[in-house]
Amino acid sequence: MSAGQPPFDSPEIRRLTPVLGPGHTYASVTDKISAIVLTRPTSLGWFIGFAIAFGLTGLMTVAIGWLFIKGTGIWGINIPIGWGFAIVNFVWWIGIGHAGTLISAILFLLNQKWRTSINRFAEAMTLFAVACAGIFPLIHTGRPWMAFYMFPYPSTMGIWPQFRSPLIWDVFAVSTYGTVSLMFWFVGLIPDLATLRDRAIQKPTKIIYGMLAMGWRGSARHWQRYQSAYLLLAGLATPLVLSVHSVISFDFSVSIVPGWHTTIFPPYFVAGAIYSGFAMVITIAIPLRKAYGLEDYITMRHLDNMAKVMLATGLIVAYGYFFEFFLSLYSGNKFDVFLVQQRLHGPYAPFYYSLILCNILTPQLLWFYKIRHNVVVLFIMSIVVNIGMWLERFVIVVISLTRDFVPSAWGRYSPTFWDWATYIGTIGMFVTLIFLFVRVLPAISIAEMRELVAETSEKKE
Amino acid sequence: MILHRSHIYGVVGEFETPEKLIHAVEKVREAGYRRFEAYSPFPVEGLSQAMGLKRNLVPLITLIGGLTGGIGGFGFQYWVAAITYPLNIGGRPFNSWPAFIPVTFELTILGASLAAVFGMLALNKLPQPHHPVFNVHRFSHASTDRFFICIESRDAKFHLAETARFLQGLEAHHVSEVSDD
Repeated sequence: MSAGQPPFDSPEIRRLTPVLGPGHTYASVTDKISAIVLTRPTSLGWFIGFAIAFGLTGLMTVAIGWLFIKGTGIWGINIPIGWGFAIVNFVWWIGIGHAGTLISAILFLLNQKWRTSINRFAEAMTLFAVACAGIFPLIHTGRPWMAFYMFPYPSTMGIWPQFRSPLIWDVFAVSTYGTVSLMFWFVGLIPDLATLRDRAIQKPTKIIYGMLAMGWRGSARHWQRYQSAYLLLAGLATPLVLSVHSVISFDFSVSIVPGWHTTIFPPYFVAGAIYSGFAMVITIAIPLRKAYGLEDYITMRHLDNMAKVMLATGLIVAYGYFFEFFLSLYSGNKFDVFLVQQRLHGPYAPFYYSLILCNILTPQLLWFYKIRHNVVVLFIMSIVVNIGMWLERFVIVVISLTRDFVPSAWGRYSPTFWDWATYIGTIGMFVTLIFLFVRVLPAISIAEMRELVAETSEKKE
Repeated sequence: MILHRSHIYGVVGEFETPEKLIHAVEKVREAGYRRFEAYSPFPVEGLSQAMGLKRNLVPLITLIGGLTGGIGGFGFQYWVAAITYPLNIGGRPFNSWPAFIPVTFELTILGASLAAVFGMLALNKLPQPHHPVFNVHRFSHASTDRFFICIESRDAKFHLAETARFLQGLEAHHVSEVSDD
């Protein structure tokens, strides 16, 4: 423990790092947050950031356009490595999305007040990550215009999807997840849209927010039903978020490929998803609070708590790695034992060691109070974890597929320019959407901040 | 003085804090008013009890939605896999129910969530772009930092002047009538 650090989780720490800065009223939180959208001039930095991100989105569009013309041959995939970047990136993006639902649903049910100022943009992040994720399996089908085959519809051919296949479970899990996340986010937004409608000065702005707010007027009867619906959605989203990455892990674990066919996959995938998701929330929160002066709302307490969640889930992931390793050796199955050797000594071993470095070793620094409270270090660490989680999916997909049962079926995989262009392009699309979101919608829930003001003022009295 | 004018929706009074709102709501109920509504910029704890609101129907609708999604989802998969499109793969059973659980689960959640959101909106009669209370100029503060009570003209006890005086007696600011157009 470093010197001068107050005892762990003492009232002293709570006073030093509150969830809301002192001296705020209903009007001040409303003014501050709605001003970002309504009155603050758009900064030059916003335009520059948006232009870069939008340029990368353009790169993605070109990459996908070229893919549609030439087919999946422009990628590095081959037989036996049919999955490659598309599935690695799909799992990575879906994983990132998980923190949003976790923050908004599970922390809501656990009555964690600190979720209030981060839940809105974490939910937005979930939606945008799911949108990026959804692109990959779609374009990976090779003929995306036939993607509707995956949905059950009465076709003239009289055929139906195979409901015993994890790939169909995936379709249902991801589309349900996208739909429920969207509704959860929108329901949370309704009171804030009403605030923006009432505060908008220009007529068109008023009309647009007014239509979106659907005539919300904050009546007590409405609030009562609203709160029921919100609580129920939180209760429904909680098992949903756990199920989504479990179903995605089934894509792997239901098959018999060495390194995939293991029962530890669902919990270890879910923990990894939350891990990468919290890393992404930190990656977004730190520049956001800085750029818009939101240090009173996204306080050090939030960053500290998120870092702790990251540390805890990182340890679960480490446990998963260990048991994956142990079970392979303990099983005595020679294919599984061989796969472990390939991870440690095979052609992709550097990826495996980088993964251990990024995901297990580096995050141990988060045990230190000083590291958790150093914004720059925390930001870098969140990016390291994001890279680590991407490497994890790469290791899982590529090493197993290049080294399965028969040496004659072994292969090698290396991504092409178009693989990278698509991947980096989706990051551009994600950042573009985040930029648009902070510009046109309140990045922090205003209604919930007012509730927080009411609660903190009650305590003082 | 004209009583029960058709173009008067009610009388609205403004309060500064949630505590004053709850206190006023209790007084309004004690005075015998029944057709009134409170408006607040965030859900105020204890307001539903003070207004004597009953439990709402959202949970029941959500349960029905969830059951429909779950039973419908499982039934549909059974119909596809065992009746309309059976595939004999190595003699395995057509009704391989454990393999249907993930989709059944997802559809249960989907059905319940859709029911919760659309049920809530329907019961609240939203979207409803216009409402008479929006005619009150100061009502735009109801989404920022002010709390309102509107006693509606359809209440049996409603009397424009007396009700307005009554609200003023509760320390309401800016008591004004709400026109109905």
